[in-house]
Amino acid sequence: MPDTDRLGPLGERLAERHLLARGYRLLERNWRCPRGEIDLILQDGDETVFVEVKTRSALGYGHPLEAITVAKLARLRRLAVEWCRQRREAGEQVGRIRIDAVAVVAPSDAPARIDHLAGVFR
Amino acid sequence: MSVGRARTIALVGIEGAVVEIEADISPQLPAFVLVGLPDAALGEARDRVRSAAGNSGLPLPSRKLTVNLSPAALPKQGSAFDLGIALAALVADGRLPAESVARVVHLGELGLDGRLRPVPGILPAVMAAVRAGWRTVLVPAGSADEARLVPGAEVVGVASLRDAAIWHGAELEPVAVEPLVAPAPVGAEEAAQGDLSEVVGSREAVEAVQVAAAGGHHLLLLGPPGAGKTMLAARLPGLLPPLDVAAALELASIRSLAGLPIGAVLPDRAPFEAPHHTASAAALVGGGSGVIRPGAAARATHGVLFLDEAPEFSPHALDALRQPLEDGVVRLTRAAATAQFPARFQLVLAANPCPCGNDGAPDLSCSCTPMAKRRYLGRLSGPLLDRIDIRLRVPRVTAAQLRGRGEGVSTAEARARVAEARGRAAARLDGTPWRLNAHVPGAWLRSDAGRPAPGAAEPLDRALERGALTMRGYDRALRVAWSIADLDGVDRPGRAQIGRALLLRTGAA
Repeated sequence: MPDTDRLGPLGERLAERHLLARGYRLLERNWRCPRGEIDLILQDGDETVFVEVKTRSALGYGHPLEAITVAKLARLRRLAVEWCRQRREAGEQVGRIRIDAVAVVAPSDAPARIDHLAGVFR
Repeated sequence: MSVGRARTIALVGIEGAVVEIEADISPQLPAFVLVGLPDAALGEARDRVRSAAGNSGLPLPSRKLTVNLSPAALPKQGSAFDLGIALAALVADGRLPAESVARVVHLGELGLDGRLRPVPGILPAVMAAVRAGWRTVLVPAGSADEARLVPGAEVVGVASLRDAAIWHGAELEPVAVEPLVAPAPVGAEEAAQGDLSEVVGSREAVEAVQVAAAGGHHLLLLGPPGAGKTMLAARLPGLLPPLDVAAALELASIRSLAGLPIGAVLPDRAPFEAPHHTASAAALVGGGSGVIRPGAAARATHGVLFLDEAPEFSPHALDALRQPLEDGVVRLTRAAATAQFPARFQLVLAANPCPCGNDGAPDLSCSCTPMAKRRYLGRLSGPLLDRIDIRLRVPRVTAAQLRGRGEGVSTAEARARVAEARGRAAARLDGTPWRLNAHVPGAWLRSDAGRPAPGAAEPLDRALERGALTMRGYDRALRVAWSIADLDGVDRPGRAQIGRALLLRTGAA
């Protein structure tokens, strides 16, 4: 596995640990459907949080948050709706939803920095 | 995070308004939103500011940055807001002290490397800042000399955004950079205007130019090609007194807005503008839809606007000058704003008497049909000609005049005479709103103070009776007579002065 393929999953693990440490409860990890994938789905109080994680090893190509585009978030939102529909079909309640972005800068020779933005898509 | 504030100036014409820049950083995906009616150049400040800040060692945070320009309804143009926007953003990010940035007016365009570029209109912007009570202004180092011309301004010239941040108290190592200076426009060097004594021939013409200078009269020079019309007109600014500080600041503001270079000293010479006859109305009086720019009439304020080959100008362009001739200001109204420029110029028109140019010359034959002649001078509209006090025929120089040439009056001598004459007029008009003979109204001319010597107006009365002179023409001849009297040093125009005034009035078509 090349380094770049390992970087994404590494960042997702770091992001998950960061959010769990803040009291979030994990619902799904890498949830897939035919239309795409959601990196993380967590429960924060009464809100269901869908998280897009973007990881980079350095800032040479810009901050990872800059790579999270509106189009990407719109797709995430469609996937979130799909996830909620499946939940309701299974007879479960879904509360309010929120979309968060987490940027992970993980250089190979230094500790990773995590940047969490809550409610980025309205 | 707090809201960062900085101040800058938005120019509409020559007037400026203080604009407050607010910057807010919110925990959102990275974005740069600029609101408050920016034009295209100002909208691009987003990209300039982000790059310049990064390259100055003060990168903006990877968050959503919202910049508001207040008052939001005032249209804003140009690139002079860059510095203020960058500093307000850095305050919002907590990198600079808010109090220091908020009490200074900032002007300047940012280069991508963080250096500050001079922008047009620094002088009027700094004047507006000082008038509004903001004494300290931060300007690009290349514009500092220009900004220092404004009395009462505390000017800080900085070469880069980094220097500006350090001035505000950022703890950074200074990095020396080459300051950017405004490129000097090619051919902007003013042509030497020559001396009045170089004008050969026509003594009346030299005299008429002095009368025009003394009284501020508009002038029409009519004559065949090669008679020296252009030469005479170019020497008129040299006869005008030096500009006072207020006039010089006004002129320098216009030059600054037009993007012309201004040195470290105020111009004290009267300007001379000679637009080509293909000039459009917008080129003469100013215009533009987004940024309203001054035209030749504004650049000639307190000086001379010379229109060579006047009948060749488009009638539309010429008639656009009528309003500034009357009011001394140009008011340009566009959908976005109304701009006002000073345009207190002295108009000099030069024209050939007919398309071939030979009409009226003693030993040359004119090949133009009467209709062609009429049409040619008919392009100068009546209302425009009506505002011209002195109409002079300039004959071609003859060989005899060239040989018999005595020592002509020099510019320095003539300027002294003109200054003396203007002094007499100012003393006489003390307590009235007018300073020059050309500006006094007809009522004053017929009052006790303005009446000529007893019996002296007889030639004028006769011309009026004959119908050779209209009432308006009568008044104009009297104004010119007063200027001649001032030059001659007599208390009231006598018969001699009135006679010469009448000749200058009707000497040409």
